[in-house]
Amino acid sequence: MSTITKDGVSSPAPALASPAKPRRGLRGSPTFNFWLFTGPFLIGLAIFVYLPILWSLYLSFFEARFTVTPSEFIGLDNYVTMLTDEDFIGSLGTFTVFAALIVPLTWATSLGLALMVNRLRFMRAFFRSVFFLPTAVSYVAASLIWKMSIFNGVRFGLANTFLGIFGIDNTAWLASPDPPWYWLLIVTVRLWLQAGFYMILFIAALQNIPQEMYEAASIDGAKPGWQTFWHITLPQLRATSTAVILLLLVAAYQGFDEFFNLLNKTTWGRPPLVELYYKALGESQDYGAGSAGALILTVLICLVTLLQGKIMGFGRGEESK
Amino acid sequence: MTTTTTPPADRVDRVDVSAKPRRVRTGSVIGSTGLYLATGIAAILFLIPFYLIVRNAFMTDPEITGEEWKWFPTDIQWGNISEPFDDPSVDFARSLWNSAVVGVLHTVGTLLVCSLAGYGLARIPYKHANKVFYAVLGTLMVPTAVTFVPSFVLVSSLGWIDTYRGLIIPGLFSGFTCFLFRQYFLGFPKELEEAARVDGLGYMGAYWRVVVPNSLNFFAAMATITFISGWNSFLWPLVIGQDPSAWTVQIALSNYTTGQTVNFHLIFMATAISILPLVFVFLFLQRWLVQGIAQTGIKG
Repeated sequence: MSTITKDGVSSPAPALASPAKPRRGLRGSPTFNFWLFTGPFLIGLAIFVYLPILWSLYLSFFEARFTVTPSEFIGLDNYVTMLTDEDFIGSLGTFTVFAALIVPLTWATSLGLALMVNRLRFMRAFFRSVFFLPTAVSYVAASLIWKMSIFNGVRFGLANTFLGIFGIDNTAWLASPDPPWYWLLIVTVRLWLQAGFYMILFIAALQNIPQEMYEAASIDGAKPGWQTFWHITLPQLRATSTAVILLLLVAAYQGFDEFFNLLNKTTWGRPPLVELYYKALGESQDYGAGSAGALILTVLICLVTLLQGKIMGFGRGEESK
Repeated sequence: MTTTTTPPADRVDRVDVSAKPRRVRTGSVIGSTGLYLATGIAAILFLIPFYLIVRNAFMTDPEITGEEWKWFPTDIQWGNISEPFDDPSVDFARSLWNSAVVGVLHTVGTLLVCSLAGYGLARIPYKHANKVFYAVLGTLMVPTAVTFVPSFVLVSSLGWIDTYRGLIIPGLFSGFTCFLFRQYFLGFPKELEEAARVDGLGYMGAYWRVVVPNSLNFFAAMATITFISGWNSFLWPLVIGQDPSAWTVQIALSNYTTGQTVNFHLIFMATAISILPLVFVFLFLQRWLVQGIAQTGIKG
């Protein structure tokens, strides 16, 4: 995301010059109009964003099973429960593995696609559309294709058919946590869905690199190819790369759909949100512990976002200008 | 957060990501053949899932599960198209209708509420506008997905489980969309509004008659992005749709996998039908979509 102004986020919009015919009364007052414009949104934000967060803060200090209006105050017990819960801690481990795989892979794939598409002379728009098209597909639909067609564990799955040519036995991709073949599905499905989106960002960034830099480099004797890529393209893409990596990280943190649909009801390979879903809305309906878990995750993501704000500045100056 | 992907706002409507870049000639025949070969292979890999959906949707199950791998159906099974709609176990037609209603209302509502707020924050002088803006920014820190437990608690207390209200309203107040609109309106040329104000229009009048008609490109981009994410959302509809009558198409698809008998061609036909509207949206609005993403640099 980027600012399209010179003043950046933190400075208020300058006041309008007073209109030639000032309107009298309430309808012309800027303050009234400000609230008229922002009011509906702010009311909704208060009810549907701030209130749930506060309510879950309240719930997290109470014994709240099967009820959302609890009476028994239990202090920090829910937090202790969650932080000592092996499944919950394990889900953070799952997320770590997931992020370590998906973030660099998507970054490299989308950058590679952008570099390729950007160098094409013919059929550029066509190839760009092909790579971008999966963006329109839902995680549920993609999970179905992966699970039932490409990586179907039996003989007629595409992957097993292909491997069968080389005399390799059928692999049951999703059947067990060991060997962890399921990661192959989890990672490739998200890679396929996401790469085109980030490719668009990289293409836009590539086209913003001033041509003079390449000209200067070739005068200095840099060979086109790796040298210019390493010394010019990559450094110029730094801001975009940072943004993409942080976006990928936050998106991975919220991974739910593909885990839920690929691994439904397995006890392994659960990221944090899936774990919370079963904890709060599953058999036990433990809203207290669920809320505590949600708050722990929120704090973690706030730390990441703040770090990101530190590194990048919230919509503030562009480093490479 | 920032990327350097953004041209100045006044040029943004004319950004064409597909425009030919100026570049140093590296044109050797071998290099360019290799490039097209690599791009072609990547494109084939990216298209395989689409091919599989269509192949499986128009085959019979014995063909899908047979000994021999078949690249194409022997006879195209046109009759498969109606099967998801005749399936007694999942009311597929109902789920499509729910998705359409939710997708459209989610898009219209989000754009209306968030664009007004974005304009107010960007353009209307008010002492405490900054404080209000920080209250909005604060919500960007907390992804909606993480707060689904408390949101569910709230919505169930309101009695909105299994209702359109519950599916749509909580998702309308996107701090992020509001932020993007504010950024856009900060770059909107002031002269136009000032002219409107001189003609005696109030803030609202100027907004609807001058600002919105001149921002249709940006609205189209935001509408496309919002509709796609609404149509494809899964976690929230899963939480809200307890009763099958309130399922969106994503929940219906998800439930096919847990059915008693696995009916491959039916599942893939349903998947194909669920993707079709988006492919249309995508093909017709791709230009705005690409522009919107290149401009905002985030969403997804």
